[in-house]
Amino acid sequence: MSTRPTLSARDPVVPDRAAVGERRDLVIEASGLRKTYRKRGRKAKAVEAVRDVGFAVRAGEIFGFLGPNGAGKSTTLRMLATLVRPDGGSARIGGVDLVRSPARVRDVIGFVAQSSGTYDDASARQELVAQARMHGRGKAEAEQLAAAAITTFDLAEFADRRVRTYSGGQRRRLDFALGVIHRPSVMFLDEPTAGLDPPSRARMWREVRRLRDNGMTVFLTTHYLDEADSLCDRISIIDRGLIVAEGTPSDLKREISGDVVTVGLAALDEAGQVDAEKLRRAADVLTPQPYVRGVEAVDATLRLYVDGAATAIPLIMAALLRAGVEPSAIESRRPSLDDVFLAKTGRTLDD
Amino acid sequence: MKVLRDTWLIFSFETRIMARNPTVVALTLAQPITFLVLFAPFLKVAMAGRGVESYGDAYAVYVPGLFVAMGLLGGLYAGYGLLSSLRAGIIDRCRVTPVSRTGLLLGRALMHVALLEFQATVITIAALPFGLRVNLLDLVVSYALLSLVILLSISISYAIALLVRNENSLGVLINTVGQPVSLLAGVLIPLTLAPLWVQNVALWNPFAWATDALRALFTGHFTAPAVWQGGIVMLVACGLAVGWSIRLFNREVS
Repeated sequence: MSTRPTLSARDPVVPDRAAVGERRDLVIEASGLRKTYRKRGRKAKAVEAVRDVGFAVRAGEIFGFLGPNGAGKSTTLRMLATLVRPDGGSARIGGVDLVRSPARVRDVIGFVAQSSGTYDDASARQELVAQARMHGRGKAEAEQLAAAAITTFDLAEFADRRVRTYSGGQRRRLDFALGVIHRPSVMFLDEPTAGLDPPSRARMWREVRRLRDNGMTVFLTTHYLDEADSLCDRISIIDRGLIVAEGTPSDLKREISGDVVTVGLAALDEAGQVDAEKLRRAADVLTPQPYVRGVEAVDATLRLYVDGAATAIPLIMAALLRAGVEPSAIESRRPSLDDVFLAKTGRTLDD
Repeated sequence: MKVLRDTWLIFSFETRIMARNPTVVALTLAQPITFLVLFAPFLKVAMAGRGVESYGDAYAVYVPGLFVAMGLLGGLYAGYGLLSSLRAGIIDRCRVTPVSRTGLLLGRALMHVALLEFQATVITIAALPFGLRVNLLDLVVSYALLSLVILLSISISYAIALLVRNENSLGVLINTVGQPVSLLAGVLIPLTLAPLWVQNVALWNPFAWATDALRALFTGHFTAPAVWQGGIVMLVACGLAVGWSIRLFNREVS
């Protein structure tokens, strides 16, 4: 029942590998990464978490992986961070082959997982010193690095208290400090702001930008549209283990030319349910209209992709009323990354 | 060399964290002390006429048994710690660093060894007023042997934990494995009191060899064959179990 706005079917993501090898500004180059999880038990089905993922990250940018839960974001990130061995494909990080020499990759990367990874009974200082020592630093140097990290990430106030007494934001800052203690050139962040309150979130965004401004390359996963939109320099959109689009957020949104008009069709049904019949009729009426480039149904609304909302809205209203369909609300906005996702996959990020 | 450095690094970090939680350390002592005070008197009566004439003799038989029971059952619980660290992302955080994988597992295991050795020391001291007398060399060798007992059971627990990946299954397996193995090691009642077929089955239980060796040491028979035999059996079993758990750790988590 829906037609997609006109978009190229698949963006050129990573050029072929011969060409990639010559790009010295590429810090992460991945192609054809695959990972299938086999569950225990004979009847359990294998889960293809990542099917064919390739992309390239330039030095000094914040690169975001945007996708719904279960799209394969974390698995890809864990493969790049040497935690999960890929079933296929290849990747180079800082010019080092990920599969062949993971140990050398570990020297140049830092990783902050979704869960904290610290002991409740340890203090931030103890954790930081231990982390630096695990990176091969001597005792004196580790203590210096820990002290420096405590200043940089503003941990001094609670650095010698037990981690169990920290707030969510304080913990997250400690996680960041642990991830960068050895001054890596590439930083992997898995859902860096998931579950944080808005002020802590804004603060973590500042920290991420500061890492980039200090010359680090940041690769992060997120399922927040605003995070991908305003924090990331470039993003890849991933869905069901495949990359569906790559580019800067503004370029991706520009591909959806024009405006988005949302027509609300709920409310009038007595039970407050989505009136499928009404939705279908509205879509039937609007899809053939020449000024409508694409129609997508999302819950009880229709998203219409049009060249200009100002001229399209009166026409849409007239067409609906002629067909006897009364909309409950109608509004227009600029396209968002959710529209890009919808256009590429036929689903929204919330699904 | 790196393995040794990293093992020491993880060991000292884990030990310091454990020491910050003295309640846990104190609680683990409660059970062995209770057994020491309540059970040994029974043994004196039960073993009267079999070389146990005094409380001191009873403790020389009972304390080694308690050591093995504590080392075996206490060590089997180490898998819980590993699972919770895996779940909390602590292991992942360490694995992203170049730290040695073997050191990562061995350092944790040695922290548990140290904790249980500390318990053994407290038990030894607590048994002194009841008349336990051991010469220092015998005691040092006993502790060394006990370390192997603990490390063996920790490695078994780690391996099971890595295979089942789930606290409930681990608990069931620990109980099913731990109870018969400890009884077959003669930790409560010496196997000399057991029927012959039980003694024959116990020959296949490395922990039984350890109990025998420890009892020989505690009764001052340093040169008895049981001592070196127990040592060799434990070294071999421990080497195999540690190797197995390290292999699983490297395979399952990387």
